[in-house]
Amino acid sequence: MSRRKEIQKVILIGSGPIVIGQAAEFDYAGTQACRALREEGIEVILINSNPATIMTDGKIADKVYIEPLTAETVKKVILKEKPDSILPTLGGQNALNLAVELEESGFLREHNVEMIGTSADTIRMAEDRELFKEAMDRIHQPCAESEVAETLEDSLRIAERIGYPVVVRPAYTLGGSGGGIAHDEDQLRAIASLGLQRSRVHQVLIEKSIAGWKEIEYEVMRDKNGNCIAVCNMENFDPVGIHTGDSIVVAPCQTLADKETQMLRTAALDIITELKVEGGCNVQFALNPKSFEYCVIEVNPRVSRSSALASKATGYPIAKVASKIALGYTLDEIPNAITQKTFACFEPTLDYCVVKIPKWPFDKFVYAKRRLGTQMKATGEVMGIAPTFEQALMKSVRSLEQNMDSLMDATLKEFSREEIAEKLHEPDDRRLFVIAEALRRGITIEEIHHITAIDLWFLDKVRRIVDMEKEISGEEMNRELLYRAKEMGFLDKTIGQLTGKTLEEIRELQRKWEIAPVYKMVDTCAAEFDAETPYYYSRYGSQNESNPASDRKKIMVIGSGPIRIGQGIEFDFCSVHSVWALRDLGFETIIVNNNPETVSTDFDIADKLYFEPLTEEDVLHIVQLEKPDGAVVQFGGQTAIKLARAIESMGVPLLGTSFDSIDEAEDRERFDQILHQCGIPRAEGRMVYTCAQAIQAANELGYPVLVRPSYVLGGQGMQIAYSDEDVIEHIGIINRVTQEHPILVDKYIMGTEVEVDAVCDGTDTLIPGIMQHIERAGVHSGDSISVYPAIGVSQEMQEKIVDYTRKLAKALHVKGLLNIQFIVKDNTVYVIEANPRSSRTVPYITKVTDIPIVSLAVGTFFGKTLPEMGYSYGLQSQKDLIAIKMPVFSFEKLYGADVNLGPEMKSTGEVLGIAHTYGEALLKSFYGAGFHKIQKGRAMLTVRNSDKAEVLPIAKGLFEQGWTIYATKGTSEFLNEHDIPTVRVNKIDEGKPDILDQITSGKIHLVINTPSGGNARNKDGYLIRRYAVECGIPCLTSLDTAAAFLTCVQNAETTQLSVVDITKVSSFLNII
Amino acid sequence: MKAVLVLENGMCFEGNGFGYQQDTFCEVVFNSAMCGYTELLTDPSYAGQGVVMTYPMIGNYGICYDDAESVHPWLKAFIVHSLTEKASNFRCDVELDAYLQYNKVPGMEGVDTRHLTKVLRESGTMRGKLCYGENVDPEEVRKEILEYQPISCVPLVSSPESKQYGDGPVKIALMDYGVKLNIVRSLVKRGCTVRCFPHTATFEDLMAFRPDGIMLSNGPGDPQDCVQQIQELKKVYAYGIPTFAICLGHQLMALAQGAETYKLTYGHRGINHPVKDLSSGRVYITSQNHGYVVDEKTVDPSVAEISFVSMNDGSVEGLRYKNGKVFSVQFHPEAASGPKDTGFLFDMFLKGIGGSQL
Repeated sequence: MSRRKEIQKVILIGSGPIVIGQAAEFDYAGTQACRALREEGIEVILINSNPATIMTDGKIADKVYIEPLTAETVKKVILKEKPDSILPTLGGQNALNLAVELEESGFLREHNVEMIGTSADTIRMAEDRELFKEAMDRIHQPCAESEVAETLEDSLRIAERIGYPVVVRPAYTLGGSGGGIAHDEDQLRAIASLGLQRSRVHQVLIEKSIAGWKEIEYEVMRDKNGNCIAVCNMENFDPVGIHTGDSIVVAPCQTLADKETQMLRTAALDIITELKVEGGCNVQFALNPKSFEYCVIEVNPRVSRSSALASKATGYPIAKVASKIALGYTLDEIPNAITQKTFACFEPTLDYCVVKIPKWPFDKFVYAKRRLGTQMKATGEVMGIAPTFEQALMKSVRSLEQNMDSLMDATLKEFSREEIAEKLHEPDDRRLFVIAEALRRGITIEEIHHITAIDLWFLDKVRRIVDMEKEISGEEMNRELLYRAKEMGFLDKTIGQLTGKTLEEIRELQRKWEIAPVYKMVDTCAAEFDAETPYYYSRYGSQNESNPASDRKKIMVIGSGPIRIGQGIEFDFCSVHSVWALRDLGFETIIVNNNPETVSTDFDIADKLYFEPLTEEDVLHIVQLEKPDGAVVQFGGQTAIKLARAIESMGVPLLGTSFDSIDEAEDRERFDQILHQCGIPRAEGRMVYTCAQAIQAANELGYPVLVRPSYVLGGQGMQIAYSDEDVIEHIGIINRVTQEHPILVDKYIMGTEVEVDAVCDGTDTLIPGIMQHIERAGVHSGDSISVYPAIGVSQEMQEKIVDYTRKLAKALHVKGLLNIQFIVKDNTVYVIEANPRSSRTVPYITKVTDIPIVSLAVGTFFGKTLPEMGYSYGLQSQKDLIAIKMPVFSFEKLYGADVNLGPEMKSTGEVLGIAHTYGEALLKSFYGAGFHKIQKGRAMLTVRNSDKAEVLPIAKGLFEQGWTIYATKGTSEFLNEHDIPTVRVNKIDEGKPDILDQITSGKIHLVINTPSGGNARNKDGYLIRRYAVECGIPCLTSLDTAAAFLTCVQNAETTQLSVVDITKVSSFLNII
Repeated sequence: MKAVLVLENGMCFEGNGFGYQQDTFCEVVFNSAMCGYTELLTDPSYAGQGVVMTYPMIGNYGICYDDAESVHPWLKAFIVHSLTEKASNFRCDVELDAYLQYNKVPGMEGVDTRHLTKVLRESGTMRGKLCYGENVDPEEVRKEILEYQPISCVPLVSSPESKQYGDGPVKIALMDYGVKLNIVRSLVKRGCTVRCFPHTATFEDLMAFRPDGIMLSNGPGDPQDCVQQIQELKKVYAYGIPTFAICLGHQLMALAQGAETYKLTYGHRGINHPVKDLSSGRVYITSQNHGYVVDEKTVDPSVAEISFVSMNDGSVEGLRYKNGKVFSVQFHPEAASGPKDTGFLFDMFLKGIGGSQL
């Protein structure tokens, strides 16, 4: 064995907050890596600013630093922990950049820390455009004709030479951030200047556009002996031009013959050999669909979103094997975890295909441009596994949870044939559905191919699905037709709709004709070898491989589906922890989920993994086979909760809080009744069904009011309305999706928002801690800075909060977790909402209090009381620490989206700042969230009139700390009157240079802008905010956040940032 | 038309017919490659066999004539889960279904091929009959199967007369036991004139060509059936001319030098097979198609050393003979279909020839 014994203590850098382009896949990879290292007896030191991850858990690493991902932090941890090695290739681009920075500065060498796995030289060669091109030239690998530019003038000259259209690719950025396709000089000016700004090294690549070519990816691995394998290849449904993260992707490649396949495979292996990669690597190619001509698009010498997908698609654990390689093992020494008989040095072969579809956030950002291009916009993804593309695609479509179980999008019916044909030219998130609709309107696959350049093979598959819709609705149902429809992935519900039969009638036919799915194993080897992996997917066939026999009681855990705004990685944390807790109690665990990026869908988390869509029917089939003794829905977010009623009706007991109690909390009238019984005040509100009712309710309550649909998570669709016009607009947006439940109109109370997570054992409740939001009520809790403990809430109010929590938990018959949001105003505590399930803050509060509330919740399912589990009731004593959770946004990726904060959640991820003092914790959280300039910068202030008084102390404070204040006329004059000097800036209509020019000039470090009420999208404020985020300038839209920022500024100079090992939290002194 | 595959153990798999729908006996084997079915169909080593593809969607890119490994398909039946209706590839000459119809190869789709594969894995390669129509009596068919004896296919697939390819300076005599064209292409590309000899050719026939080296090709069936060929190879070895052998050629040379072969339970058929080069420790991914293998225990170390082994089951994947002139591999360095990672073996062969000429 060639394991290097001198490697004993390894630092692993995580990827930080979830942002578009960097999601849960790195938690999956990092968690797998930590486990792979620790099973070798290595001490793992983890640094990651993201508290919602599974990797930042004391169970996963030996020491965990949830600290800002900056070079300073890593240096401090290295000095403190004295590791011998650093593994940089498992935390995405952030980790890679940090490690290279430390290597280049000589710090690593100076402290005898070796970079293991892929070397810094390799990383440079792959990342630096110039070096990369040279390397490719040496091995005769064609790259698209291109040149590196460091200035705008360079860019224009290069484009002139290679000819428009050109692709602009900034070096060292996330998800192709800042890139784009320029068709002429004007476009290039705009895109290239942005790209240069975004790039860490101020380089962009100007490349000949190869739009329309096939985009093919290879996941390859190499060890120190030079053994190379291709784990998986993947083909994009969309041709080059749409970011692979925004494309439907299928694995393996479908339209390539062996000649093309081997040509690209050989190229990929030649490339990693030349780059001397030791570990996993992703290689992207563009292939001319009309010849053997190809070119290398890019190479990522690390695990990536694609490698997570490839791992889940094949069963080959890329991150684990990459970690072993970093320790010196060679591929032929690492056992294949799936077959247990063969080795990691082989190439998986699939006997199914997988289809990945991205999950886009356009339901949250209704005004964002939906057009897809080289800038990734998706927040998450789903995967479907099936023997045919059609079935895999249909599984993925329904996994997206966008109220569509097939390719029939009712909203497209209203468009004419011409309009549909026109839409084909504009690739956006609805493209698949537009294609299906075009086919229904008689547009041929050849015409669609001509417009979209999507391969005819894919289009023909979509045609087959559309034809099946017609066949089902047009023909008498018979066994053969029903079988084919099921095999193609149609749900009973859809077949019922198309035939006019009831769901029960369709199911009865299947019973009569003995049509039922079977489950097959994902085994890396197409059944060539006997495998043990409990990783299953459904299909139709003659043999079922999933044996339901078990000597233990079985519990099914419903996962949380794709990562989206409002339902992120936190719920995967909860799902995984519940699985572990159930296993510790001796149960057999079954997890059902469809997200390839997550830890929960790693095949060795639960006893059995069903990689399936989370719909009633898909779950029903699993229930019919497995007959579980219980099901858990309270950890999988809204996705799981939505299935609660159905699962109960299947005869499977819901563990913990019953469906009726969940409904009690969601149903406005029932919940009001409970609050009334408990004597707990809440904001006055009404339930309405129509716009007219909403307006009437709003006027009765008095503006401003909150308008939102019921039964949603993350405040989806929630808005503050200040006028009848606002109400009309918001109701319109909510009603774009048919509402099964009433719409809620509540009086808006502006106070301090407070949140608790609690566990109730049926008798009484434990509250690990109270979290207070920095932003006043009205900003969604997920977008607020959250402080634990609630230092700004009086003792009396805290007691009231605890009292209400205990009362509510009891009244709602909660067994397990409960999350409640409160508003404190004028010495009154109001309840906003209560959710008897896990929440976004569970991982955060679990880690900072060291109270494992998920395990405790699982214990309560089986009648254990909290005291029996060693915990007391009531609010737990506070630790001598302050932990601040700060939201992180991805606005720069979503062109057109307004960045102002409101009741609808917009953040994609979060970071944690943890320290003994408030000032230090706050500073850490701002650093972690990417605020680089804290001291003596230039701030642009433009606030609405009503905020002027409030902004004054902030402006004054910033000025006193050496900041220069820029402001437009109104704000400027107001500040000057109060003796705060400003640099006066022209408003947009006041002539050039105006405020937008100032922002793009690169001089400004911070923008504070408060929106002037309502959804004022076309006003100056909107443009100011958009310009700011697109130039990468932090933009604060809440004065509460601005005040917190000022606190940071005031503390920055005098505060020494410590690094805190979160696994030692329990040893912190209790302060009460 | 409805189709049924009956196996010798009595199991039946139902599906729909495609291709040339006429009943056929075959030896049922599975192949785990995800693409490269054109090469597979036209690989003479599959003569007499019914091939089950583990990858479910077959026919995606149609048939590209350029990819053929011989003039027409040789296998006796082709069994897939899902036949692609519309092929898409810029090189596609004809749809798979039409190609099989034209070339009289029976096909069946709609089968749970994973189930069938597991049966073959567990019970081993089996004889079977692919039957069409509604009135198939499995018991009757099974009796027929048990009487069916596969014939030696080398005489069938080997070209009846010799042929010459290329005009390079190095002369290679190639014994055609059912050669894949990519072996020829691999040599021609490296500057060889290749003369293919029929399986009946004697050592003297080969030497009359005055070759610089001898190449022994792949081919179908049980190597022990090739009694005549084994005798000729004894002479080749004794003469000491640089010789490179692939697959069946590898087995025949081993038999000629006193080793034995045995039948694997279900063979190695696919393009993802890892083999280890024992001299360097490197592992290569290879294309494989063989049901028989040289028995490691019968390799006399004074005659030959094992040069490659399978990472999956440890079986012999290559031999290097002690006369310093002959080496052989069980896998397919010519790829087609499959990885080209071991193409360097052709370079080694030609380098050896260069050395012997000097």
